[in-house]
Amino acid sequence: MPEELAWFLEVLIAGLLSGVMYSLVALGFVLIFKASGVFNFAQGAMVLFAALTFARFLEMGINFWFAAAITLFIMVVLAVIIERVMLRPLVAQPVIILFMATIGLNYFLEGLAQGVWDTQVHALDLGIEDVPWQSVMDATNILISLFDVWAAVICGALVVMLAYFFQKGRIGRALRAVADDNQAAMSVGIPLQLIWAIVWAAAGLVALVAGALWGQRLGVQFSISLVALKALPVLILGGFNSIAGAIIGGLIIGAAEKLAEVYLGPIIGGGIEAWFAYLIAMLFLMVRPQGLFGEKIIERV
Amino acid sequence: MIRKLLVSLVSGLMLTATAGMSVMAAEEKSDPNKEQFFPVLSYWSGPFAPGGSGIAGGWMDYMALLNIRDGGVNGVKLTWEKCDFGYVTERAVECYERLKNKGKHGAAVFWPMSTGTTYALMERAHKDKKVLLHMGYGRTDATDGRVFPYAFPAMTNYWNQSSAKLRYIAQLEGGEGNLKGKKIVNLHLKHPYGIETIPVWDKLAARFGFEVTHLPVPWPGIDQKSLWLQIRKIKPDYVINRNWGVSCTVPLREAARIGFPRDHIIGVWWCGSEEDVIPAGKSAKGYITATFHATGPDFPVIQEIFEHVYGNMKGNLSAARVGSVYYNRGVAGAIVTMEALRNAQAKFGNVALSGEQYRWGMENFNLTAERIEELGATGILPPFSMKCDDHEGSGQVRFQQWDGTKWSMISDWIAPYHELTRKMILDSAAKYAKEKGITPRSGDSMGSDCG
Repeated sequence: MPEELAWFLEVLIAGLLSGVMYSLVALGFVLIFKASGVFNFAQGAMVLFAALTFARFLEMGINFWFAAAITLFIMVVLAVIIERVMLRPLVAQPVIILFMATIGLNYFLEGLAQGVWDTQVHALDLGIEDVPWQSVMDATNILISLFDVWAAVICGALVVMLAYFFQKGRIGRALRAVADDNQAAMSVGIPLQLIWAIVWAAAGLVALVAGALWGQRLGVQFSISLVALKALPVLILGGFNSIAGAIIGGLIIGAAEKLAEVYLGPIIGGGIEAWFAYLIAMLFLMVRPQGLFGEKIIERV
Repeated sequence: MIRKLLVSLVSGLMLTATAGMSVMAAEEKSDPNKEQFFPVLSYWSGPFAPGGSGIAGGWMDYMALLNIRDGGVNGVKLTWEKCDFGYVTERAVECYERLKNKGKHGAAVFWPMSTGTTYALMERAHKDKKVLLHMGYGRTDATDGRVFPYAFPAMTNYWNQSSAKLRYIAQLEGGEGNLKGKKIVNLHLKHPYGIETIPVWDKLAARFGFEVTHLPVPWPGIDQKSLWLQIRKIKPDYVINRNWGVSCTVPLREAARIGFPRDHIIGVWWCGSEEDVIPAGKSAKGYITATFHATGPDFPVIQEIFEHVYGNMKGNLSAARVGSVYYNRGVAGAIVTMEALRNAQAKFGNVALSGEQYRWGMENFNLTAERIEELGATGILPPFSMKCDDHEGSGQVRFQQWDGTKWSMISDWIAPYHELTRKMILDSAAKYAKEKGITPRSGDSMGSDCG
């Protein structure tokens, strides 16, 4: 394979795999938006809270799977508390009010996570080596991270699980009804509060998985909440209420920002990938405001 | 029964109130002329809390040691107040304004604790006559005390650090002559702090004939894959890791992924703490960074802090962090701060001092090896002196390597290329003076002790 082509493919694949990591965070936003129409500003803080809790339990010597289970339980309890204390009193309020409430929740959770645990950096080892996939490297000289491949597999499994959960069974139907029109869903007896609590708990699960994977790479620390910044252009591009959109949006953003940094960066000064992702999202927004897979909302007067 | 209970309750409350009043009376009796106030601006929350809490912890513990063991400095009690600015510059300025007038003559010295805050406070502190002690961070040209009379990048600045890094690389390569044709990547945050060393690397490259590539890391630097793929293509001999916080750790993971040797990554001292390497696991093993102080608890002064401060439950940090990189940085800074205070007291008396008087202590600073020995800090910081036109003093740097569990010193103090950096500093300061309409101090205007 020509060297330049191999180089292009290496950057492209690295970008796609980075995009999967962004999608993982974006999924949490999508779940809550789908069910309640609320953009959950606190998703990054939930990732921090879950990762920090998990890492600290592991440091206490608790078994890996048991620590994951307790953390998940805590995220479920947190979801129930959020529903009871924050969401329930705000039912039927304008969406902007709920959004503002999640801004408050974000800062509260960041403070709580650092207050309950601490502000130090914690190592997290999931047992997945962050090394090149040697057989691919030997055959093609293209470097692909094994860790990224595993992250993509885990993300894929999570998406299949969530898609199944949303499509099948009574809860799935109720979730879709609430997502479609929560007032109408309530009028036919679907318990909105329960559905919201379930959705926030599912977002907690996504936060735990995203936090664990990002935590191995960055260390579990406050900065992990900043991964939410990487999810925003993905959401704009993919649509706020589509799981498929979060995945495809992540892939496009990841690949585009890496290719831009490598090929365009040296010409215009470098360090462009952070804003370039937003530029793509913004341009896309002009053409298709609802995102790739988002639903077009038509309001009749 | 109820009456009895009420009487006891009222008596209890009265007793508490009386006790409270006694404490207040005792506080009122304290002599403000015999107290020196220090504002402790730092960050105990937010993404950089490990650094902020560690440095401030070392600083406050050293002051606590002097209070407990010696009754303060020459009979002057040290007092302080914390202000958490979360590494947000606007909040730091707010902290500065809130605390600058505390104490008999107001605060004499501030540690800005970030390059951004240093820049933001530079003119205010000059106007208010408050010393800014920014050890190990920008701005570098404040070394020229003729233009920046109240700013002190004491011990070493970024430009000298960078040039000392090159001297160290030259040692590894068997001499300066072998630098020709080498490739160095300067991986730096795209941020005023990150770009500050670009000019010095360009000058060094031109002088020694190596090739330097500047790769900017967009904030916050949590995903640097595209940059490390470029590094894989460039195939440099060394990579300079000039990041901060989480962006310091990411390069170690990325380097392991592309198989770049960690002992050829030379980090800035802000990427050289335990918090930077532990999250990277075994990917960090062999990584080298610059430093301007020693690390570890095995120094008499640190042991005394354990005994007097932590032994009396007066510590300001988890005891497990005592002796860590950030902690010792705080202690080293506190030693400089307190020795300058003693210096100023020798001239102005053992009373609360103003910022102007404190500056005299800094500009006539001379920390000898003997004095460092007396302080139980031999090895923690080098002997150095400062004067009116040199607010840095030392410029020397050491190098440490992470062995997977701890940092170990792998070099002695290495001098920078002063002849190159000094000219750059003077040129940059002169440019600043021209922009701001400042007439640089000279001769008598620097004071009779500083002419």
